[in-house]
Parts: sequence; C-alpha cells; structure tokens
Amino acid sequence: MKYDMSDYPLKLEGDNVPMVRFQNVTKKYGQLTVLDGLNLDVAEGEMVTIIGPSGSGKTTVLRMLMTLETIDSGVIYVDGEPLTHMEKNGRLVRASAAHLRKIRSKIGMCFQHFNLFPHMTALGNCMEGPIQVLGLSKEKAEKRALELLDMVGMAEKRDQHPSRLSGGQQQRVAIARALAMRPKVMLFDEVTSALDPEVISEVTSVIRSLVDQHNLTMLMVTHQIGFAREISDRICFFFAGQIEEQGAPKILLDSPQNDRTQQFLSAVLDAN
Amino acid sequence: MPYLDFLTTYSDRFLDGTLITLGQFGLAVLVAIIAALISGLMKMSHSKTVRATATVYIELFRGTSLLVQLYWFYFVLPLFGFTLEKFTAGFVTVGLCYGAYGAELVRGSIQSVPKGQWEAALALNMSPAARMRRIILPQALVTILPPWGNLMVEILKGTALVALISVADLMFETRQINNNTYLSAQAFGTALVIYYIFARFMVTPVMRWLERVMARKIGRM
Ligand SMILES: Nc1ncnc2c1ncn2[C@@H]1O[C@H](COP(=O)(O)OP(=O)(O)O)[C@@H](O)[C@H]1O
Ligand SMILES: [Mg+2]
Repeated sequence: MKYDMSDYPLKLEGDNVPMVRFQNVTKKYGQLTVLDGLNLDVAEGEMVTIIGPSGSGKTTVLRMLMTLETIDSGVIYVDGEPLTHMEKNGRLVRASAAHLRKIRSKIGMCFQHFNLFPHMTALGNCMEGPIQVLGLSKEKAEKRALELLDMVGMAEKRDQHPSRLSGGQQQRVAIARALAMRPKVMLFDEVTSALDPEVISEVTSVIRSLVDQHNLTMLMVTHQIGFAREISDRICFFFAGQIEEQGAPKILLDSPQNDRTQQFLSAVLDAN
Repeated sequence: MPYLDFLTTYSDRFLDGTLITLGQFGLAVLVAIIAALISGLMKMSHSKTVRATATVYIELFRGTSLLVQLYWFYFVLPLFGFTLEKFTAGFVTVGLCYGAYGAELVRGSIQSVPKGQWEAALALNMSPAARMRRIILPQALVTILPPWGNLMVEILKGTALVALISVADLMFETRQINNNTYLSAQAFGTALVIYYIFARFMVTPVMRWLERVMARKIGRM
C-alpha cells in the first residue's frame, strides 16, 4: 500500500487533541514487519498499558515514540505536533535532528535495565539532563533532583553510584532522572522485569503515585496484569504488530472478546 | 675504567639525554592522544569520506616503519617547503605513529560502552556532543586505560629512534659516549637500565594508578 503524506494533517487541532497519536505507523526490520499500520491515540493524562506476547512489537512502539527507532511509514504526533515529521512548505517531510530534539523534550523513558550512568552518583544522574540539556544552574538542578529522589524514596542514597544500588533502587533513580526533565509523556518499558520479585513493589508504588499525583501521560509495557488492572485507564493487547483488542482494564481483562486475548491472559495468569 | 668512574664522568650527558627523552616521550604521548582520539572518532563517522580519511592515516602510519616516517618528516618534508625542527619532527612523528595504533583502541573502547548508555542519553535529549563528552568517553576511558598503558611503553621505546635524526636524546648521547670511549657494555648497559626503569617503575605504575582512580570514579571498586 502506498501512503500519501497529504493524508496526514500538519498539526492536530480541535478540542480533543491527543497527547500521543500513532497514525498508520509501520515499522520493518528488513523483511520482518514489526508494526503494521498502527493507529493509537493516548489522551493527555491517560495511562495506557500495552500487554502482549513477546515479540509482538510492544517495545518497538515505545522506542519509536522515544525516537530511538525510525519509522517506515505513517506519522507519530506528540502534543498535536508531528514528531517523526515536520512541516516544510506546507508539506510533511522527515523530521530534522533539530525538530526531533524539540519534540523529544516532551518525552521521557525508563528502560528494563535502568541504564543509569555508572560514572555518576544517583544525584548526578538526575542532574545531568537538567544541566546539559535544559541549561539549569547547578543549584537549581540539584534542588530539583533532590525533590525527585525524595519522591522516589532515594534521597538517602543520593551520593551512591549505581553499582552500589539494588535493581529496585536503580530503577527508582531512573524514574527520578526521567522526571527531572519535566516530560509530558512518560514511557515505561517492562521496568520491573529485571527485578527480584520482592522489590517490584518499590517501583510499582512509585509509578502508582505518579498516576495519582501528576497529569502525566503514560505508556507502559508490562507483564504484571494485576498492576496494569489497578492503574491503567486503558489496556491494549498487542499481537503480531497490531492492536488486537483494547479497552478499560475491567472489560479487557474480565471479558475479552478476542480468542488470542483470552489465550494470552490465561497463559499469563497460569504462570503467575 | 671502573663503572663508577664511568658513571660520574658521563652522568651529565646521560642526564641531558634522559631529559630530552622524557620531553620527547611526554610530547609524543600528547600528540598520540589527540591523533588517536580524532582519528578513532572519525572512524565511526557516518560520512564515508571522513572514515576513509582516518583509514588512510591509520594504514599509512601502521603500515610503514617509524624510522622511515622519521626520515620523511625530517628530510623529505623540507623538500616540499615544510620544515620541522628536529626536536619537533621527532615527537610529532612518534606521536602520529602510535596515535594510529591508539585509534583502534579509542574506537574499540567507545564501542564497548553498552548501547543502553547511548539510548539513555538520547532519551534525556542530550546533544550528540554532550552524549559523547559526558556519557560515553568517561566510560570508554576505563576500558582504554590498560591497553593504552602498553602503548605508552611502546611510545617510550619508540622515542629511541629520534636519535637517528640527531635529536640529542638518551640514545643519541649514549652512542656519542660509546663512540668516544668504546665502552659499549657500560654505555649501552646504562641506557638499557634507564629505559627499563622509566617503563617499569614510572610509566606502568602511573597507568595502574590511573586505572584504579578511574575505576573508583565509575564506582566499580
Ligand atoms: N534491532 C532489531 N533488529 C531486528 N529485529 C528486531 C530489532 N528489534 C526488535 N526486533 C524484532 O521485532 C519484533 C518486535 O520486537 P519488540 O518490539 O522488542 O517486541 P516485544 O517488546 O513485544 O517483545 C521481534 O520479533 C524482534 O525480534
Ligand atoms: Mg519488549
């Protein structure tokens, strides 16, 4: 199928502009089509959880939104503006590095393996972006970082390097680091998958408090169905690069319509 | 002549030569660091031309002998109207030669930094320059230090060749003493010991110490 760029608006306008929109997004790795014409809107302040079998493209969705992957066709919009593209002479063209930097500033991400900077302390990790990217003074960056470390319960460990922290502690610092950039959209890619079972709740309780206290828009990939049920506004079940079924947690989890959703859920629930 | 008398007679000249060798070594290390960093980064550029330029430099300097390079810089370049004073020609050539070896170390150490570090820095919206300077290079430094220590010893040994373009380094002075006295065993034996002491008791321990400091900074100790 051929896509015509004129099918995509230059800007999203009107009353219900979503914070994130994937419009007809396709992603291929060589011959393998990982995402096939994905359409997904996430409203401002909404918490959307993505579940689905391994390899179904969940991580790819987040990585494209974080601009860690390019897309093959379609357009991603953030806060009404195109992310993957930009306007030039009344048409959408591929985004320049400068445009990507501008829109990317609205997005933050936490990774499965934390990816903290090992040569910096917990505090240093949280100050780095604000100083280098936002141009904050050292004092302001430190104040902001300390507030966030306090919020995730890591203020006491501020001077520790990541190698001295447990997985759960590292992930909490990583959340503070991302929040220090004041993103509008937060992405969580299986942030508890690498953790020992007994520390998972350290991290989920931080995410839960974000849902309660902030007007953040969040996209989360997780295998923790119970947690997803508790905090999501909507759950999307991914299968082979497409949204097979989606809906409010109660509806999707308790009475899934789709066979594949049912199979996946019973397999996951059996495993737990 | 007893060895002690030999030493007292010629200690000044050994000392002068040693100081010149140290100067050559220090400056060559500086040139090598800069050349290795620039060409190592160029090797990873997206631009084919930039990569090719680095490859030509690395191949040329690794594929030919340091002695021939020294002669080129000192005797041939002036024919093209580009004259270097012999002291400068010496450390620049030695530095460029070992910088070409260092380039691969730089590239390898940068590539050894986990991909997740680049991605985390990008997710914080850091510019490419800030990512490299603040996140990647400090971590690459930890990996590059041990092999770089070996290269430093090679550089020290390599500086002995500058004697052949008449830089009055330790080797040069030693040969002069030998020519005057015919006390080959004493003369070259002394030089041998001095080179060895510098390599094993100064360069290597300093590099080890740096390795420990950097490892501690990165929180691995
Ligand atoms: N860099 C890559 N190169 C090639 N294939 C990839 C790459 N990244 C992901 N894939 C493939 O894309 C598919 C979707 O991957 P991913 O989004 O990570 O799935 P999930 O997160 O749902 O497990 C998988 O089949 C995976 O093997
Ligand atoms: Mg995944």
